[in-house]
Formats: sequence, C-alpha cells, structure tokens
Amino acid sequence: MSSTPTDTKGKDRARAAARARAQRAPVYRRSADFRWTHDPEQCARCKRCVQQCGFKALSWEDGPVVDPEKCVGCHRCEMFCPQQAIAVVPQVQHYRPHPLWTQAHRQNLYLQAETGGVLLAGMGNDLPYPVLWDNLLLDACQVTNPSIDPLREPMELRTYLGRRPDAVEVTLGGDGPELATEMGPTLELETPIIFAAMSYGSISLNAQKAIAMAAEECGTLWNTGEGGLHEDLKPYAHRAFVQCASGRFGVHADYLNAGAAIEIKIGQGAKPGIGGHLPGEKVSAEVSETRMIPVGSDALSPAPQHDIYSIEDLRQLIYALKEASNYEKPVSVKIAAVHNVAAIASGIVRAGADMVYLDGFRGGTGAAPTIIRDHLGIPIEIAIAVVDQQLREEGIRNQASIIAAGGIRSSADAAKAIALGADAIAIGTGALLALGCTLCQKCYTGRCSWGITTQDPALTRRLDPYVGSRRVGNLLRGWSAELEEILGAMGVNAIESLRGSRERLRGVGLDKTTLDILGVKPAGVGA
Amino acid sequence: MRIDASDLHYRDLNRRIREAAAAGTKSFDLLNVNGQRYIGDGIAGAEVEIDIHGVPGNDLGAFMDGPTIRVHGNAQDAVANTMNAGRIIVDGHAGDVLGYGMRGGELLVRGKVGYRVGIHMKAYRGRRPVIVAGGTAGDFLGEYMAGGLLIVLGLETTNGEPLIGDWCATGMHGGAIYLRGEVDPRQVASNFADLRAADAEDLQDIRESVEAFCEAFSLDAGRILGDGFMRVGPISHRPYGAKYAA
Repeated sequence: MSSTPTDTKGKDRARAAARARAQRAPVYRRSADFRWTHDPEQCARCKRCVQQCGFKALSWEDGPVVDPEKCVGCHRCEMFCPQQAIAVVPQVQHYRPHPLWTQAHRQNLYLQAETGGVLLAGMGNDLPYPVLWDNLLLDACQVTNPSIDPLREPMELRTYLGRRPDAVEVTLGGDGPELATEMGPTLELETPIIFAAMSYGSISLNAQKAIAMAAEECGTLWNTGEGGLHEDLKPYAHRAFVQCASGRFGVHADYLNAGAAIEIKIGQGAKPGIGGHLPGEKVSAEVSETRMIPVGSDALSPAPQHDIYSIEDLRQLIYALKEASNYEKPVSVKIAAVHNVAAIASGIVRAGADMVYLDGFRGGTGAAPTIIRDHLGIPIEIAIAVVDQQLREEGIRNQASIIAAGGIRSSADAAKAIALGADAIAIGTGALLALGCTLCQKCYTGRCSWGITTQDPALTRRLDPYVGSRRVGNLLRGWSAELEEILGAMGVNAIESLRGSRERLRGVGLDKTTLDILGVKPAGVGA
Repeated sequence: MRIDASDLHYRDLNRRIREAAAAGTKSFDLLNVNGQRYIGDGIAGAEVEIDIHGVPGNDLGAFMDGPTIRVHGNAQDAVANTMNAGRIIVDGHAGDVLGYGMRGGELLVRGKVGYRVGIHMKAYRGRRPVIVAGGTAGDFLGEYMAGGLLIVLGLETTNGEPLIGDWCATGMHGGAIYLRGEVDPRQVASNFADLRAADAEDLQDIRESVEAFCEAFSLDAGRILGDGFMRVGPISHRPYGAKYAA
C-alpha cells in the first residue's frame, strides 16, 4: 500500500510541495492528521476518489495523488472506491509523545505561530470530558412491579410543549363541563425527540429539507436556525421553530407567523457567549434571499442581542414576538448551559417564555472558535437537573417546558434526559450523522463531501433530500421504538410517567456532590 | 377609527388595532396613549396610518411592514425594531435601541435619540432603511451596521454638546452614517470605519431622506443640506475575514 505517485511528474510535484512546506516557516510543518493509502494493484483507475473528495485533497497524476495537508479523514473516497483500494487511517504520532503537550496542542500552536489567527472547529467538543450519561442507569421492573410489553400494550410517547396554566377551572353548564381557563398555544409531538436549530447557510438546503420532511412525517418539529425560511421549505414551516436571533436574519412578520413556534436564540452550547459569522463566500444568491441580506456580505450575528441586556429586555422581545403573532405561537428561549443556568432559566420563564431550550457544552456547530467550543459551558445532564429543580422549587415548572440538547447520542441518553426533567430532547449532530456525516469536524470550511455543510452546488446535489429524510425518519422511528421498550421495561406506559422521575435513575462512579446536584441516588440504594 | 387608550392594557389596545386593520380600517387616531408597548407590532399595509397622541411605549412599530405611524410627542425605546417597511415619524425625542435590525422603511425623529441607535441595520434588494435624528445621538450609534442610512442632524444643540456619543460604528460592515457637524475622530471606531468629510455625491445620497425629514417637520432642507456633513463608512464588508487561522 502506498500513496506515492506513480510517475516522475507526480514525484517532482510532491518534492516541490515538500520544499515549499519546509520553507514556509523556520520550524513549522503542517502535518497531516490522516494517512491516505492506496493500493495501485487494486485500483480500477476510475478517478472516482478524485471526483468525490470535497476538500480537493486528491488529484490525478496517472493515478490518485494526495495532498496530505488537505485530507480531513472524511472517508468519502474510501467509501466510494469500487475496488476497496483506499484506506484512510489516523496518522501515527510522529513527535515524541508527551502527556501534557499532546499532538493536538502542538499542531494548534504551530498553526497559530504561522497565522496569528483564532482556531476554528466544527461539530461538538471533542475533548474527553466525563460523559455523565455513561454514569447514569435506568431502573427496570422485576417480580413485584410487572414490566409492560410494548408489543401488546399501547405506549404513549405523545408530548406537549408549552405553558400549562397554574390551575384549571371548569364550569358546569347544561351541556356538561366546560373549560373556563384560557389555555395558551401548545405544540403536539408524536415523540419527545425534535431537531435542533441548524440554519440554511450553515447546512445545505437539501440537508435542511431532509430534516424538515422527516419532522413532518414523524409528527415532530424542526428548527430554521437563524437563517430565515427558504421558499421551498414553506410547506414544512407549520412543523418548525422559526428562530429570531441577534442578526435578525430573515425575521419578518410573515416568517414569525409561518412557524409552529418562535424561538429566541440567546446562546448555543458549542459557543456560549459568542455570536456567529457566516462568511460572505457562503452567502450565495439563495442564502441571501432567505437571510434577506445582499449576496456576498458577511452575515454577522453579534454576541449578545444588543436590545437584550436584562431579563426585562428579554420579556420585551418575547412579548413583541407574541404580539406580532397574535399570541398564537408559543415562544421558546434557547440558551447555552452555563454555570448560572438555573437562575437564568428561572428569569426566562418569569419573562414569559413558554419553553426553555438548554444546549449543553457538547452541542454541535457549523463553526466556532475551537477554544470556545472546547472549554466553555457545562454538561447538559447537570443543566437539566438544576433547571428542573429550580423551577419546581419556585413553583413555576408548569409555566414552561424544558427542551434539552447538546450531545444526545442515543435513545438511552434521551430517556435519561427526560428522567432528569426534560420534556423533550433535540438532536442536531445525530440527524447529520443519519445524513452521512462522519464527524470530520470541518464544517466551517464549507467543503463537506456529503453535501451537508456546504453551499457548493456540486456537493449539495450529492444529498438527495428524499433519501435523507427517510434515513433521518428511520433514526427517529428507531429511537422512538427503543423509548417504548425502555418505558415497558420500567413498567410505565407513557413518557409522561418518566418525566422528571429521577427516582428511576441511579448513578455509578459519581461523587456525592454530583449525585446531589443531579438529584440521583447511587446504584445499590433502593427506593 | 378613534381609540381612547386611557386605562387600556397594551394587549387590548393592540388587539383592537390588529383586528380593525385586518378588517380594512386604514386610519387610526389613538388618544391618551401612555406607555402602551408594541403599537403597530407586525402590522402590514402601506395605506394604514396610525396617529398617536401621547407617549407610546417600547417596541413601537416592531416587525412592522408598511404602515405610517406619527407620534405627536416623544417615543420610548426600540422604535422600528426589525422593521421591514413603513414610516414612523416622532415629533419629539426617542429613546434607546431604535431601528435594531431594521431592514426597510424610515424612522424620522425630530429631536434627540438615545444609545444604540441603528444597530445591525441592513439593506436588502430594493429596501434601504433610513433613520434620521434631528438632534443628537448617544453612544454605540450604528454598531454592527450592515446596510442602510443613519443621519444625525444635530439641530438646536446647545454649545459644546457632542453630536454623537462614543463607540460609533463598532463592528460596522455596511451602510453609511452621516453626521452634520464636527465629530471627534476618537468617537468613531477607526478599526471598523472610516470618517471623512462628505462630498457632493454623498450629499446627493442623503438629499431625499433629509428632504423627507424637513417636509415632515416643516424645516428648510436647503439650509440643512448646505452645512458640512461628515461621513462614516465601513472599511470592510468582511470585518472578521482575517480573524481565523486556516
């Protein structure tokens, strides 16, 4: 196996590239994260690998030639090679190993010494922080409390999001009892799993359409993100959160009234406290129409919304949105999970939000400074527990639903989130994986080989929204069926019975303080 | 349609306006308005006219798409928030965060305006939002400005009163700000924006808006346009373009 070019021209080119690298900086060599290997014996010389590489790492010189600096390890070429002649493997540590100065630290430092810039990353935090989901276990029934077989018993996953009244008044008239309490607008979902906000611009229209169609088909919700609503997605808007964030891109009265609900985005788990910059190159003619800004101009979402510096200001925007939508749309406020999340969430609920969306520090992003993505925020597991607890203690838990997101990998994580106190969970990364993403984390380059996080028509057409929606829908169906299995094993027949039921969780390998914060007993302690 | 807003909660007042506008009412006279928020919020229709007697509350004309509002008095904060189209004329002074994310239409304020005016205004296709302040403006004027036109005329200012506050044009990456009179260059974010004297072509650019302002308040446009203007424009449409390592 060798990636060596097969002719002298290719060898000359490789040598020239090596010389250029050596001359670029006194010590820096931009080293490759992956080793691209290819077996010329197996190669059918179809050039498919070169065509498939979105990152332009491969070229053809009488055989495939790799530019190792450009290969991001997305494995698109490997998967599309009809001869299985390609293998992309992680590059072995080629510096002397050091437990403190890891290869990642050293490479980042060299890059910054060369550029003086801020490091960028895509998707979620990839550092090995503890994953508390893996320290929590769910209860099951044995002998004294019979479990339920979801194959023969109906299981209820239906979920309602929005404000519940403090009390319900019923009047008894001639036609029987009638509800006297004015009920606010609520959202009805067939499963407690919704899709996280991913804007058109950060992902392709085909990716957003696949998710929107899956949401409609599965009776759940998708989220426009802060990128406006594309004309093609208007038929699915009635199952969407339409987002209003600091850039106010594409936000107008018709947009606010087109959605199922309105979401004010304050923060994002992957980048708490900072805004977003969609670079001008990604603002194509179509993205420009949806965001309602000129083609090619940077789409800057400032870090705070500069009309919101307090809970009172937030209340003002919540009610401005409710007025604009005639009080027919529930309003969600999305925040990143940060140290003071419980008090902030309490303020949000008191400000009039009908839903609080908590995004944990492992949540994904199209682009964020690496240092922010990897080091700010708190785990979603902790955030759910403390927010639920705070709202209960204040007696306002009924006033808003909790949506939790940020690193939910499976139906088990979802069930644990709901047991901790979430009403619903949102998936972003999970949905993109279903569309083909391999987590190469290079979304910010706009070169996604799967046509997901790119606006290049040559790449976006690779993603068939109908095939994509089937795959994303399958994921929801699979997870929903698993949730039913979990409920059955726990002896309950409705997701409502699991909600906030921390008694059905036990911790393993967690210290007492963490267990106390989570409100969970250690494994081994009975009821 | 006349509505006496005395003791009316904003929710009831605005519901009546919304329902009447939807049913075809074109003209509204709101009397005794006293701090009610969200008047004209999300209302559409270029023929709708709302006259407000008194002081409307925050978020006047938020998300508005076409109507004309005239305030016979002062206005508070967040007028023309994310406004799409339409016209708001304020006979007196107006508060902070005017025209946040404004995409189209006009906001004409006879007197002074507060802090954070015109943040993230943006232009789109035929839409070019305009804010004209007759008096002075506070700090953070035109922050993150992405498009449109901000004009501060500094009429009837007392001696030594600064025309604008500090941190003007921080994060600016589009649009233009015109300031009638002298400005201390330290008040303008020089890392984002360029401050220079306006030339004849620039004055042509603001003529229409200044004339509209003068017509609204019966002032002499010729005299105002004759005085020296400074122009603040973005250095780059990609202020963060070089920030990242790649």
